[in-house]
Amino acid sequence: MTSLATLATAHLKGPHVDFAGLSPLIALLGGATIVLLVGLIRARWVRAHVVPALSLVVLGATAGLTIWQWNAQKSVVSGALRIDDLSLVLNLILVTGGALSVLLAWRSLAAREAAHGEFHALLLASIAGMSLLAAAQNTVALFVGLELLSIPLYVLCASELRREQSLESGLKYLIVGAVGSATLLYGLAMIYGATGATDFDVIAHALSGGSLASDPLTLTGIALCVVGLCFKASVAPFHQWTPDVYEGAPTPVTAFMAVATKVAAFGVFLRFFDVALIGAQSSWGPAIAVLATITILVGNVGALGQSSLKRMLAYSSVAQAGYMLAGVAVATQLGVRATVFYLAVYVFMNMASFAVIVARERETGLGDSIQAVAGLGRERPLLAWPMTISMLALAGIPATAGFTGKFYLIDAAVSGGYTWLGVAIVIGSMISLGYYLPVIAAIWMRKAPSEQPGVGQLPSPTGAPLGGGEGLPVLAGGSPELDEPSNGVQPEVVLVAAVAGVATLFFGIVPQPLFNLVHHAGSALGGLFF
Amino acid sequence: MPPLSIMLWLPLACALLGAALSMLGRQAGVVEHPEMPAGETSVVGAPWSRLSTSGGFALLGSLGALGLAIGYIADYSPSSNGLTHVTDLVWISELGIHYKLGVDGLNVFMIGLATLLFAAAVIAANLREWDRPRLFYFNFMLAESAVLGALLAQDLALFVAFFDLMLIPFYFLIGVWGAEPGRVKATIKLVIYTLVGSLLMLAAAVATGVLAAQQGGGHITFVLSSLQQLPLSRGSQEWIFLFFAAAFLVKMPAFPLHGWMPDGYKAMPIEVLMVFSGVLSKVGAYGFLRIVLPLYPQAAAHFQTLMLLIALASIIYGSVVAFTQTDARLIAGYSSVAQLGFITLGIFSLNPQGAQGALLQMVNHGLVVAALLFIVGLLAQRAGGSEDIRDMGGIAFRAPVLATIFLVVALATLAMPGSSNFVGEFLILLGVFKTNLAIAVIAFSGVVLASVYALRLLIRAMHNRVGSKVDSRELSFRDGVVLVPLLAVIVFMALYPQLALHRSEGSVKTAVAAAHGALEPSSAKLAGGLESGAAPLSTAGASSEGAAP
Repeated sequence: MTSLATLATAHLKGPHVDFAGLSPLIALLGGATIVLLVGLIRARWVRAHVVPALSLVVLGATAGLTIWQWNAQKSVVSGALRIDDLSLVLNLILVTGGALSVLLAWRSLAAREAAHGEFHALLLASIAGMSLLAAAQNTVALFVGLELLSIPLYVLCASELRREQSLESGLKYLIVGAVGSATLLYGLAMIYGATGATDFDVIAHALSGGSLASDPLTLTGIALCVVGLCFKASVAPFHQWTPDVYEGAPTPVTAFMAVATKVAAFGVFLRFFDVALIGAQSSWGPAIAVLATITILVGNVGALGQSSLKRMLAYSSVAQAGYMLAGVAVATQLGVRATVFYLAVYVFMNMASFAVIVARERETGLGDSIQAVAGLGRERPLLAWPMTISMLALAGIPATAGFTGKFYLIDAAVSGGYTWLGVAIVIGSMISLGYYLPVIAAIWMRKAPSEQPGVGQLPSPTGAPLGGGEGLPVLAGGSPELDEPSNGVQPEVVLVAAVAGVATLFFGIVPQPLFNLVHHAGSALGGLFF
Repeated sequence: MPPLSIMLWLPLACALLGAALSMLGRQAGVVEHPEMPAGETSVVGAPWSRLSTSGGFALLGSLGALGLAIGYIADYSPSSNGLTHVTDLVWISELGIHYKLGVDGLNVFMIGLATLLFAAAVIAANLREWDRPRLFYFNFMLAESAVLGALLAQDLALFVAFFDLMLIPFYFLIGVWGAEPGRVKATIKLVIYTLVGSLLMLAAAVATGVLAAQQGGGHITFVLSSLQQLPLSRGSQEWIFLFFAAAFLVKMPAFPLHGWMPDGYKAMPIEVLMVFSGVLSKVGAYGFLRIVLPLYPQAAAHFQTLMLLIALASIIYGSVVAFTQTDARLIAGYSSVAQLGFITLGIFSLNPQGAQGALLQMVNHGLVVAALLFIVGLLAQRAGGSEDIRDMGGIAFRAPVLATIFLVVALATLAMPGSSNFVGEFLILLGVFKTNLAIAVIAFSGVVLASVYALRLLIRAMHNRVGSKVDSRELSFRDGVVLVPLLAVIVFMALYPQLALHRSEGSVKTAVAAAHGALEPSSAKLAGGLESGAAPLSTAGASSEGAAP
């Protein structure tokens, strides 16, 4: 009997699938399908409110399943994915960012125009791609994850169908993203050609033994991979798309893109470079360190003098990518921890700002101009404080999590022998004061635009809100689905701002919980360092 | 005595409580205070009749902190060498950052100065109506907590965090409540200048911790006493020293790095300026004694001449410019540049007398400049709102008490023998004489110049012909509440400077010892011709003179 059973299994031998390990991913993709189907229900309130609520439930379930898998150390799907503390921590960060984005998009024009079901299904699919990317353990999974992340994002960027900039942003992102993906794929192919493997640990093994690490084919492959990933993480000089796309995309999507894409991209950086290519660290380490320095300078200088907050935050995100790249370049456990720590902090810092921008876009009709936050301190302290905390944190002021994050990164850079990179981070922070501080000045030290003669709010003839408040006269006619006034208080947006702001402050003063979390993530890659 | 944390956080806690209560009160419909045009100075009414909720709580917090600080001064015994009242908790274990506070001879009088000036400034602030009082007092008290944190911190990273943090409330205080032409510009300039220095310091601090850990082979730590056990290599010390010096010199400000000062001083409300000029500038000087000399002694010895020259330039430049200014505030501002030059001079004489004089002078100058600035505010009220000394004159006419107080403060500013400032400057110059004769001789001219600008300010404002817009009034009781305690402490320090000198002696000696020690071998080595090059040679000149009896 037993021999028969053995025979049967031998015949039907498929890969062993560990459903428990895959459960967060399954929840996300299954949830995306359900959300899409629910979005077909005709009742308006179902589409407008049940769909986003359901998306939140899906994200909550994913978080729950992630925590259930805590301390797992396993490879699933024949070693294509690695479920360890790094991927789980990144999952949690991603889910947090995703949930905050869903809240921001709850009453947005983008979700209405693209139809709620589709919008949220795409968002969830993109998060699934990011989660896949963060766990990828071979080059094929890496590429699949990257595409699953990117393609929904291209669509999301263009989801405000009646606004030209949104469409332009989607198209631009598509073209640049495709170039990036192609470059990366080419690089992966070359690495496969040189090492004969797609699995990260096999590649690492091949590179560790002898001359392969300095082989021209490998080096070209690595260089192309660096370029491809730099496109995704908006690292200079491959960042040019960032300001345009960020500015054009609907703000909730921008928030999601800024936060979640970065997390996924750096997850890949950590896994691919600090695990698979660790043997060639001597060749890519200095290159990435130089790229980090360029990125810090370009991002910070570019952000100076921007009057659009979204463009400013786009350049600031370029600069922040540079800081985090420092943690990758050193290729130490400390570097991994510092990068993951900064990623977590980065989510909160940026979400607070974007939430305030979303709220002000809907309230003022001034778009994302810095004018829109002028006088906020007097008018809406609940929005002013999160924005202030976020700006101070991004600039790296003590008592905010941004300071601790930067401290950790500098610590990692100096310990890894890149003292000059630590100094570059500091110089970047100095330049950044030149654009973060004026925002705070606008919030607290200038009068609200309506109080200034000439720049008053554009009165709408019917007294109805201006096109839902999104954008300027382009939408003044209103969209056909403009059924609910989104003007005035938006509790969920204020909630996002407040939660993100408080978290930024809390982790600045009591960073220990976050450190404990990150400590696990760093140890996950422990065995693979030399 | 209660733990230091209570004193440290009391101001902030009171401010938050006051803000919360006043917000509740407003929701309950209680009118906090009658509507007054913002910024108008009130001169009528009983002293405390219009104390706002937030202002009252801020006052409570600052007076509480002052009381505790006096307790620590009384409690500190001159013989105790080393830290007392230590609080040591692990803040971030991965980074080896401790929440470590302690009091020793170096900071015991600094916390006294800081709490005294903050209390005086809060009283002064309560005499006025402020637009958005909750936000104002919150920022003011956050500043006090941050300054106290920087003074008490015994961990390098904690010091850096507090040092950076204390600037943020001032960004708001100047930007929101500053004087109109150019307040936003002035505040951004000030913050960028000072934060640039502070961020350099951040990199230097992290490098100190990491390099020390690599050298010692242990776990990374930022606790000052542990770092002192792990001296860095000379090369690392030198660049780290320069980064720290940049941060502290900007904050003081010293001569080439004072660009933010004129605009910043002009824009600040006078109550804010009192603490900024009186306390914040001293934190920079204190940083040299607390951090730089013990941790980077070789670099301090190496750059001694450079620092002495910067100090000298600050003295001469500050004094000369103070003499040419007509804005009373800027006279006080540039005189601070000169006075902080003296303090730097004393510290970098790298011997105990000079450093002790510097420490004494920090306290003296803080007291004097705060009183001086408050008087400038009073003078402006009597000269039709102008702070230009050309619009003043004859104010002493009907205000003998104010004139007397001003005279005492002016004489203290110019370090009249008998004042505590005289003792401080004397010790500083004594210290520098032992180090570098030429610099000491030139620095003496600064003493002379000080009497020129101080007396010029006094005579032009109080005497001479009565200015056209001048309305001479006696010091009001309410203003006296601010001024008299300051004056009392100035007089007390003049009568009994030994109080500070005695108690700080041991700690100052310890702080300077390493750097002083680093001077001797390097001069001996250089005299032997083992090293060459322009910079070391100049050090050799300086230190060989220092070695000569």
